[in-house]
Amino acid sequence: MSMYFTKEHEWVKVEGNLGTVGISDHAAHELGDITFVELPKIGAVVKQFGVLGSIESVKAASDIFAPLSGNVVKVNDALELAPEAVNESAEGAGWMAQIEIANESELKNLMNQEQYNDYLKTL
Amino acid sequence: MQLIYEQSVPGRRGVKLPASDVPAAPALPTPLLRKEAAGLAEVSELDLVRHFTNLSRRNFSVDTNFYPLGSCTMKYNAKVLENSAALFATFHPMTALLPGGVDFCQGTLGMLHDLGLLLAEITGMDEVTTQPLAGAHGEMTGIMLIAAYHAAKGNRAKKKYVVVPDSSHGTNPASAAIAGYEIITVPTAPYGDMDLELFKKAMTDEVAAVMMTCPNTLGLFNPHIKEISDIAHSHDALMYYDGANLNAIMGKVKPGDVGFDVIHVNLHKTFGTPHGGGGPGSGPVGVKKALIPFLPQPRIVKDAAGILQLETTNPGTIGRTANFFGNFGVMAKAYAYIIMLGGKGLIRVSEQAVLNANYIKERLKPYYDLPYDMTCMHECVFSASKQLAHGVHAIDIAKFLIDRGYHPPTVYFPMIVKEAIMIEPTETESKATMDAFIEVMIEAAKTAESNPQALLDAPLTMPISRLDETKAAREQNVCCAW
Amino acid sequence: MNDSHYCPHTPEEIAEMLSVIGVSGVEDLFAPIPAALRATTFNLPSGMSEFETHGRMQAIAGENSQGMINFIGGGFYDHLIPSVVDHLSGRSEFYTAYTPYQPECSQGTLQALFEYQTAICRLTGLDVSNASLYDGGTACAEAAMMALRITGRNKIVLDGCVSPFSRQVLKTYLFNLDVEIVEIAPQSGLLDRAGLAGVLDDSVAAVLVQNPNFFGSIEDFSVLADQVHGVGALLIGSVYPIALGMLKSPGEIGIDIAVGDGQSLGNPLSFGGPSFGFIAATKKYIRNMPGRIVGETVDRNGKRGYVLTLQAREQHIKRHKATSNICSNQGLCALRGLIFLSSVGKAGLADLARLNRDKAEYAKAQLAGIPGVSVLQSAVTFNEFTLVLPKKADQVVTALLEKGIAAGVPLGQYYAGSENALVVTVTEKRTKKEIDLFVRELEAALCN
Repeated sequence: MSMYFTKEHEWVKVEGNLGTVGISDHAAHELGDITFVELPKIGAVVKQFGVLGSIESVKAASDIFAPLSGNVVKVNDALELAPEAVNESAEGAGWMAQIEIANESELKNLMNQEQYNDYLKTL
Repeated sequence: MQLIYEQSVPGRRGVKLPASDVPAAPALPTPLLRKEAAGLAEVSELDLVRHFTNLSRRNFSVDTNFYPLGSCTMKYNAKVLENSAALFATFHPMTALLPGGVDFCQGTLGMLHDLGLLLAEITGMDEVTTQPLAGAHGEMTGIMLIAAYHAAKGNRAKKKYVVVPDSSHGTNPASAAIAGYEIITVPTAPYGDMDLELFKKAMTDEVAAVMMTCPNTLGLFNPHIKEISDIAHSHDALMYYDGANLNAIMGKVKPGDVGFDVIHVNLHKTFGTPHGGGGPGSGPVGVKKALIPFLPQPRIVKDAAGILQLETTNPGTIGRTANFFGNFGVMAKAYAYIIMLGGKGLIRVSEQAVLNANYIKERLKPYYDLPYDMTCMHECVFSASKQLAHGVHAIDIAKFLIDRGYHPPTVYFPMIVKEAIMIEPTETESKATMDAFIEVMIEAAKTAESNPQALLDAPLTMPISRLDETKAAREQNVCCAW
Repeated sequence: MNDSHYCPHTPEEIAEMLSVIGVSGVEDLFAPIPAALRATTFNLPSGMSEFETHGRMQAIAGENSQGMINFIGGGFYDHLIPSVVDHLSGRSEFYTAYTPYQPECSQGTLQALFEYQTAICRLTGLDVSNASLYDGGTACAEAAMMALRITGRNKIVLDGCVSPFSRQVLKTYLFNLDVEIVEIAPQSGLLDRAGLAGVLDDSVAAVLVQNPNFFGSIEDFSVLADQVHGVGALLIGSVYPIALGMLKSPGEIGIDIAVGDGQSLGNPLSFGGPSFGFIAATKKYIRNMPGRIVGETVDRNGKRGYVLTLQAREQHIKRHKATSNICSNQGLCALRGLIFLSSVGKAGLADLARLNRDKAEYAKAQLAGIPGVSVLQSAVTFNEFTLVLPKKADQVVTALLEKGIAAGVPLGQYYAGSENALVVTVTEKRTKKEIDLFVRELEAALCN
């Protein structure tokens, strides 16, 4: 199991043909207190770097982009009532959706943990 | 403070209605009736008066406090304007729409028509519609006029984009989106204006309009504005002028002279009408000749005999943008303001607004980071970046000012300035008021170094301390529970 | 030289400020504007004192005919306004403040708007309200755009009995978006229910109705609400707030989004504005609401207070993806609405509604007694009703204007084939004497 990141600060954890998606600890910290997460619908077909959902804090709103193309098979409904889970554990309990990966070769467009850490230093 | 509903006593009333002088009508069928009366307040007149008087005392306002809220032009609102607007309270707008009705409304229609002429002269436009109800409503109307212009030339499908600088008001892209456009955002260059080279790259024949605020939200006049409009016009894109900052340039430069085709004017900013705690505003839109065929209807026109008429048969019109003739009461105040100040008075307004902003800018420059250090127009934008080193944000400085009796400047806008503090003193403030404000701003900067916690704790003198906005957004209690 | 007391500096002060800035004259500050772009003319009047200004405004007001007896409505209504409304909304702490961005020094405005939202929720029987929109017409358009977002569909069905002005505003708003608008022509002043059923399917985002409608008719839309919900669409209802003192509330009907014009709640006619638009909806749609919303919260000491909330919906954060472009709203007019409703109160609003209907029913009976005049007898009405005259309503209305009576709104210019129809409005302000005079004058006009 390994974790990959986008430049827009989403992560995806790949297990077999399933990818679990969320936003990084860094992104959650930058947004501040999360007040709302708009999740995709189960069954939605998303493209790599296409809009998957959106996330809001008191003073900001941003889109969540899909790290990989695929089919949304599961969403984290708990975030609807407790969006603060993203602040508490962005890369764990604050996950947003699970995607059935359409094309594993797209992973090459993402960063691994080490590359992402280096990327954060450049910001 | 208690809510008005928490003071309710069943059966209590705040006003007595006239007795009926006609027979009671039989009741309506039950299925049409509400089951129980709406749960409105039940209070005496005195309870009501105390409640709202005490509520009002929990506000800062122009009449009680210096209010240098950038981009909002919080100038003093002359009291005579209130008296003048009240003269029109009893005129029903529908009268003018009745057959033969315009004959009975020549005063009000004439005032709207004259206001249009005055605004056209101030902005360098050919005709003005007074229908839009606020600045953003004017923007939407203006961009719809541009869409109609392109459609009439058969270019509606081809023209897909509206270009805005990244320093623009959020209403610009939001208004363009309602008019069906996609947005291209051009970054600001280090010299404080839209990056000219990037703008040139963004411009194609698919661009329908360029929306500019000039002076921009950094308070800077764009010296390349004519070049920008020439480039836009070479692609048959029209130039839209966001009139939010018109207070800086009256009599100095006319947007219509420098290539703008459409403009909205915020009467509640430049023309001295009160802001009402959030509105009502008024956003008349001026256009160049080529756009007149598309103006909203009913359009007020003067016939050959000098009688004002309502034109409702123009096939090119974008239609109606509001139910009647716009926010007439607000426009009556703006009209009175313009004729009272006159041409010279308005020029003096702009001169002193610009003088005041530059004075504050120079005095505060040693204490706050000024990311774009040049002569500003009606407002200046600092950054709290120096204070950030001590853990103090722009919002903390704002709260400190509240404790000293000042309404804070606009903070965190424009978004392109980190920790922005946007100060617009307006022309109506005295030097003494500004000097006192400057001293408090300096004190805030010094306190940020010596005792940052004092800023983080502010305000301490208000009925309440800082509020938990996250709780409000998560819980969404927007109406008093029963 | 200091001819404007609104610009207070003395020449000495100006000189001092210029020296701090380091320029020799005010004109130097305009140097960033290229010389070639400078204005060469500025042909405006020369200015005058406030006394002369007010005199000029009095002269303008005097050019309108005074003391017209209004039997016209069509969205704006001639109602009583308790004195407290002017006095309290005229507190300059309210009217010279702006949008309450800084909550600690704006609790007056914020709490008042929270109380306003509460009044609108209770009046409409719905869960959430915003802090006001521009007017009733734009509120219809905003509600339609809200329904398009919520359903992801692109068709709006309009009942032709909705105010033609509101329908026109809605069409202007939606013209550039990829939206299909279907209008159902009225049937004797009522919604053509069969016609509506014919177009109602799962492509419809919302159906917009009005109650009472432009003809004055009151309808029971409860069954319609079920039908609309049955295809997954929303029902938007434009309502007249004074009538809600009596009529079934939008919430009881099953309306999802209620809108309307708040002019009748303590705002003067003022030749059409400013008034305010209101919008209320069921709680699940709160994130799709346009405009400012005030929410309750606590301060650092746990004390109750109010803030602007859910701002991430709005244009200053979400820019082109915002739920609306609205920024300034009609806050002061909404405050007037709140003061009006709190003054009239729970029982008072019901009394006021009854008074309106009693007067209108009296007028209706008297007018229907005129030979050749009949009432468009299709539905029950509140304070507006449609008469069918034996001749063109336009001529009659023009004739009565000369007598100082605004007799009603002729329907011919809004509905083809209705040239003889006249919508008459009778509010609580009309006395029996005025109504009787109107009846006599109408009868006389019809004989001519």
